[in-house]
Amino acid sequence: MDKKALIAALREILPASQVLDSTEAQRPFECDGLSAYHRLPLVTVLPEQQEQVQAIVRLCHQNRIPLVARGAGTGLSGGALPDENGVLLSLAKFNRIVDIDPDNLCATVEPGVRNLAISEAVADKGLYYAPDPSSQIACSIGGNVAENAGGVHCLKYGLTVHNIMALKVITTDGELLTIGGKTYDSPGYDLLALMTGSEGLLGIIMEVTVKLLPQPERKQVILAAFDDIGKAATAVGDIIAAGIIPAGLEMMDRLAIQAAEDFCHPGYPLDAEAILLCEIDGNNEEVSERIMQLRQVLDRTGPMHFATAETEAQRQQFWAGRKAAFPAVGRISPDYYCMDGTIPRRHLPQILKRIAELAAGCGLNVANVFHAGDGNLHPLILYDANQPGELEQAEQLGAEILELCIAVGGTITGEHGVGIEKIDQMCSQFAAAELSQFHALKNAFDPAGILNPGKAVPSLHRCAELGAMHVHHGQLPHPELERF
Amino acid sequence: MSDRTEELQGRIKQAMASDSPLQIQAGGSKSFLCRQTTAQPLSVKGHSGIINYDPTELVLTARAGTSLKEIEQTLAASQQILPFEPPFFDDGATLGGAIATGLSGPIRPFTGSARDYVLGCQIINGKGEILKFGGQVMKNVAGYDVSRLMVGAMGTLGLLLEISIKVLPAFPNQLYLQQSHPPQEALRFMRRLSSQNLPLSGLAYEGDKVHIRLAGSGSAVKAAAAKIGGEQPADDPFWHELKEQTHAFFDGELALWRLSLPAATAYLNLPGKQLIDWGGALRWLKSDEPSRNLFQLAAGCAGHARLFRGGEADLDRIQPQLPAMRAIHQKIKHSFDPHGILNPGQLYSGF
Ligand SMILES: Cc1cc2nc3c(=O)[nH]c(=O)nc-3n(C[C@H](O)[C@H](O)[C@H](O)COP(=O)(O)OP(=O)(O)OC[C@H]3O[C@@H](n4cnc5c(N)ncnc54)[C@H](O)[C@@H]3O)c2cc1C
Repeated sequence: MDKKALIAALREILPASQVLDSTEAQRPFECDGLSAYHRLPLVTVLPEQQEQVQAIVRLCHQNRIPLVARGAGTGLSGGALPDENGVLLSLAKFNRIVDIDPDNLCATVEPGVRNLAISEAVADKGLYYAPDPSSQIACSIGGNVAENAGGVHCLKYGLTVHNIMALKVITTDGELLTIGGKTYDSPGYDLLALMTGSEGLLGIIMEVTVKLLPQPERKQVILAAFDDIGKAATAVGDIIAAGIIPAGLEMMDRLAIQAAEDFCHPGYPLDAEAILLCEIDGNNEEVSERIMQLRQVLDRTGPMHFATAETEAQRQQFWAGRKAAFPAVGRISPDYYCMDGTIPRRHLPQILKRIAELAAGCGLNVANVFHAGDGNLHPLILYDANQPGELEQAEQLGAEILELCIAVGGTITGEHGVGIEKIDQMCSQFAAAELSQFHALKNAFDPAGILNPGKAVPSLHRCAELGAMHVHHGQLPHPELERF
Repeated sequence: MSDRTEELQGRIKQAMASDSPLQIQAGGSKSFLCRQTTAQPLSVKGHSGIINYDPTELVLTARAGTSLKEIEQTLAASQQILPFEPPFFDDGATLGGAIATGLSGPIRPFTGSARDYVLGCQIINGKGEILKFGGQVMKNVAGYDVSRLMVGAMGTLGLLLEISIKVLPAFPNQLYLQQSHPPQEALRFMRRLSSQNLPLSGLAYEGDKVHIRLAGSGSAVKAAAAKIGGEQPADDPFWHELKEQTHAFFDGELALWRLSLPAATAYLNLPGKQLIDWGGALRWLKSDEPSRNLFQLAAGCAGHARLFRGGEADLDRIQPQLPAMRAIHQKIKHSFDPHGILNPGQLYSGF
């Protein structure tokens, strides 16, 4: 089927205004949040009814046309990067909240509903949806499910996978499959877990039933400043070791602190090498008790100073700085590249130091702002795409950081997904038989391979070619590191 | 404590070559959930031992044949717990069995289920390949979530070798409350409590009593108890008896059914007797009601039923699936076990 025929067929399914094929109309869809990768699809469609999506999927399936789903396009791994020979399926028009069910503590929403819109819609019932990615004002729940998004509160409340109950998914044959329900489990295989984080490769998510939680009676945050990033990293382990599971435990380093302070003035200490934001929530008595305990633990970790937010406004201000950290860093550098490796917490001091050394070695700056309690790093590598070679240098540094994460028993991605970006590192993280198992699973859902081709799971061929380039005399990278 | 990986892999390859299905077994504590088949038993007993446990990481990795008892004792020494309260049913209970059956105890609505705490696993698939998925870190989205897919799969997708579990600090304090209510009112009461920010760790109804369990810091549970009110026994053995199904409710010859329903489902007037757990979302039923009726009833309530103990032996014990769902299950099974040698029929008949 050529482009003309494809567009004609799509216009049978959709009004002409919802089928975009001109370059300028499609520009906004050429990339997601990882703009280093961008390309135009053959055609972009913006359906608004489920039957239309089913018809589009069937059309693509019958004609072996690649189909890439897109939520809000805030992804950071190029997952929603269009296929130049395919259709880009925007789910933005599916933005209705279908049902709020306070008795069963859940809400059912369409995939294009923004993450924050859910909590806003149920706030008057004293409820909220827990996962809160920093992109929550923009990102869609469909994209959250596809990436298994986390947030600053997932240390205590879990990731997307822990906070959804049911999905409606359109499979490649155009059928609607209901997975899970308003129950705490469902019979058979855990397809809810399998679909979560599947990056648009197994089906199109059309409806999500999310779990709602009662809002905590009280929240309190402590900001602790350290003169050494290693000390801050050690404090993270000490807090957990004391039996405290904070609602959020985030770290920012000097560069990130400065950028955030310049951007939105949250009142961060500019003389600190690192800060920790540690939030406790629960009922009034519990928060008081835990905050006391936390202060005792922090006191022993040798901070420069630490303070509890004095008012709710100040608490929100502390978090505003953290949540705006990415755009804030975006202001101090023409471009940045956000990494997402996750490591066992005890390696934090060592790995942060090593990242700084690697960065210094290639003359690039790195700002760190991340989910310390989960060991989920977000080194932001600053570069200027207009300087020849800098992007490649940043990518090279990023790849080295990910190899470091693997070497200490961690993973290349904690919450942003593999997408197109980390496809090569998948070859380091998994053996051939494991990748084959992933392909076999993909084949169970999408034998023709039309859904988001070339993403998330590399072909064995690609890994073999890469292996030939990367293995040096059978040595593992970073022999100096303690192995897991 | 020993590593039987090679031997187990050999057995699976052999079974594959001779096309003879295997029935994976461990402690046998949950074998009543399994169907008796003619498959060759393959015991993972002895493939055991805690491989890695660092309390500050909140992760424990153990071989599948490790006893739950050993794991809970090890965790207790560092004031930590398996947060999903897995039932043992027998001292032989193993970690592998807990994960393969995917069962969680009364705490489930409040802290999460077995699958919620699985971080990674190592398996042998039906092709005799040793595969590792997930890991020992809190967050990991590299590749499909195969580790969680193993939970509740009843060993039909792979033989579990090693499992990494997220653990949590133990609750420093627990408090118990009881209030008497008629059934419909009890359900409404439990829903009201669930929708408030309370340190709940159990909410069940038996006889005419709502049993409430609170867990958390001393001040938190005391404040919550004052707010909720009711009788406050020093201990409530009910919770252990419920988790282990040693409570008198579970006695007797009648089949035991497990109905997993939306929590706010009204009280169901059914023949037999009921015990309600999970704040309304789990209804245990001792009844001789025919399977067909119960499957239909559960589906009508947007939930599902499972024949848990007793009942007719050759029956599918799990809610029947819609054709599209069954088809995708068969394909997933095939992707892990193309020769159909791992626990065939243990989840659904036919694959
Ligand atoms: C400033 C900033 C901060 C961020 N902070 C966080 C954070 O704290 N935590 C975190 O986890 N992430 C974070 N992210 C990353 C991103 O917001 C998340 O990955 C988010 O879940 C993506 O949602 P989206 O709607 O934008 O999806 P998109 O970017 O549009 O798509 C992401 C992937 O999902 C697929 N997809 C989208 N919708 C569907 C659907 N309906 N069915 C099937 N597949 C679908 C796409 O094909 C693609 O593979 C951040 C991003 C930015 C820009």
